[in-house]
Amino acid sequence: MTAPVTETVDADVLVIGGGTGGPMAAIRAKEANPNLRVVLLEKANVKRSGAISMGMDGLNNAVIPGYATPEQYVKEITIANDGIVHQQALLAYANGSFDMIRYLDKLDVKFEKDGAGEYAVRKVHHMGTYVLPMPQGHHVKKALYRQLRRLRIGVINRYMATRLLRTPDGRAGGAIAVNTRTSEFLLIRAKAVVLTCGAAGRLGLPASGYLFGTYENAANCGDGHAMAYHAGAALANLECYQINPLIKDYNGPACAYVTGPFGGYTANNKGNRFIECDYWSGQMMLEFWRELQSGNGPVFLKMTHLAPETVQQIETILHSNERPSRGRFHARRGTDYRTKMVEMHISEIGLCAGHSASGVWVDEQARTTLPGLYAAGDMASVPHNYMLGAFVNGAIAGEQAARFSADVDLADPDADFVALEQERVLAPTQRSDGLTPFEVEYKTRRLVNDYLAPPKVTAKMRIAQQRFAEIRDDLNALVARDPHELMRTLEVQSILDCADLAAAASLYRTESRWGFYHYRVDHPDTDNDDWFCHTLLYRDANGAMAHRKRAVDPYVVPVDQTEMTAYQHLRIAPAAAANAPAAAAE
Amino acid sequence: MPLADHAASVPVVVDDAKCIAAKGCTVCVDVCPLDVLAIDLVRGSAYMKYDECWYCMPCEVDCPTGAVTVNIPYLLR
Repeated sequence: MTAPVTETVDADVLVIGGGTGGPMAAIRAKEANPNLRVVLLEKANVKRSGAISMGMDGLNNAVIPGYATPEQYVKEITIANDGIVHQQALLAYANGSFDMIRYLDKLDVKFEKDGAGEYAVRKVHHMGTYVLPMPQGHHVKKALYRQLRRLRIGVINRYMATRLLRTPDGRAGGAIAVNTRTSEFLLIRAKAVVLTCGAAGRLGLPASGYLFGTYENAANCGDGHAMAYHAGAALANLECYQINPLIKDYNGPACAYVTGPFGGYTANNKGNRFIECDYWSGQMMLEFWRELQSGNGPVFLKMTHLAPETVQQIETILHSNERPSRGRFHARRGTDYRTKMVEMHISEIGLCAGHSASGVWVDEQARTTLPGLYAAGDMASVPHNYMLGAFVNGAIAGEQAARFSADVDLADPDADFVALEQERVLAPTQRSDGLTPFEVEYKTRRLVNDYLAPPKVTAKMRIAQQRFAEIRDDLNALVARDPHELMRTLEVQSILDCADLAAAASLYRTESRWGFYHYRVDHPDTDNDDWFCHTLLYRDANGAMAHRKRAVDPYVVPVDQTEMTAYQHLRIAPAAAANAPAAAAE
Repeated sequence: MPLADHAASVPVVVDDAKCIAAKGCTVCVDVCPLDVLAIDLVRGSAYMKYDECWYCMPCEVDCPTGAVTVNIPYLLR
């Protein structure tokens, strides 16, 4: 192999991932100290990358004075996660929530306001009121991009980070990246690194047959999880999968959050409500799954009872933000919200703290367990953080990374490590026949569906581990015929890593928790004596996968035991269900 | 194992009459999160090179001449 082309760039703060939290981390690091060299690295193009590539239709977790307090929010999310939360991080988010909304407002991100110019907040959660619609939310990425330009932040597009560099004293010291169009390498030496690579959203396989027909932006395939793991950072509660109620086949959100405040709701084939609350939680997903299995399935989003003006308003929001192609999807099938309920289904599994709770462990300062490494957004462990959480926690990560960078020096990367990594990356280009990344990806993800998706069974997950080990050997046969395919071969390695992490984490926690997310058929009960704790998964000194428990820190917001079960009774009682549609319709 | 190429219908359609790639425009290629579009230098227009679409629509929305249409891929219609 000829020596690969490699350039080197130095940064005070390197942010990897230019979707939602990443740009905000870069912006806040630069605002904290305008003299810092801040580099934002992105696999795609920052203009349209990440989960909010087409914008967002609302804030799902806005903590706005007059509607909610940070303490109420912390309590609600604690209860929705069966108590396994690092409340300090939730509180840091909640305390920063309103300031961030005003900051975004200043950047010209549009939120719904009432006639008096106040934020028009709506109720969707089981207990509190936190939803702020963004009917013109398709401008979010543009607003972020303008601010990146204004602050002259160094943006490097179309480079995919493959591994983090570590300094001789064990800090995160930068990253190795490869260009997705030329396969040229870039070495970035950095004093502090922020990981914001999004969810591991290309893990389960959508039934449509399209590898990229995922719920998450398919570029978000767990690169950040894999890089953090290989660098030695711990990942938390990975067994708490993300599984979402989505539009059948289309795989985008049905958006009960948008329709709920207007009177829409999740219904069974009789048009009846069966859950008290449409807010996404593991407990809600368990009831959703049970309804799908029952004679009352499938499940639908019902809007047929709403006034035409209301439906018009819903259509305007849903067909112009986040996933605008849904309008086309409905039109082809003749689905008009006024006359037909929208068929829903449950998504493939993924790892995503945006809607669930698992990811790279971070504390209230967005610190991972590796010094100098910060993480935020869908890939970090702050539960249910959604877009606003990515912004707030991204800002915290950027500010903390900026501070950390002041006290350390750049370190030269280990030349042997870099050479080995370049060899790993380029290996598929050295072969002319073998296995395509698409075959290896399909097989891995098909096995994820067959053996890892809940209801979880111990024996099945062990089979998955054997099959993943076989696929790991097959990685030595991967072929890439161009730089684009080379990117896919790297992504499939992240996907396989995440599949292995998900299996190991699920086997470790021998109880059921978080409703459907970690429903283990052969350990059906929640065991608070042994498992009221976080689980951490990490690579030990010998390179083997290891687990440990981490105690839940004492709550900063006390939760009464009687309130603790509020999310465990989401199914509507039979008598109430019979009355509900009459009460809801007209 | 030897490799084969197989054909697939792709959801992104580019109107050659409207596309101004020949004048140097690469907007749709630039904004695609999955990097699946490319410029056909002979035809002077953009096309979908890889069947890896998330049907997210920046290519269509950001195209300065309205040349790009994102259809719903066949298997999930």
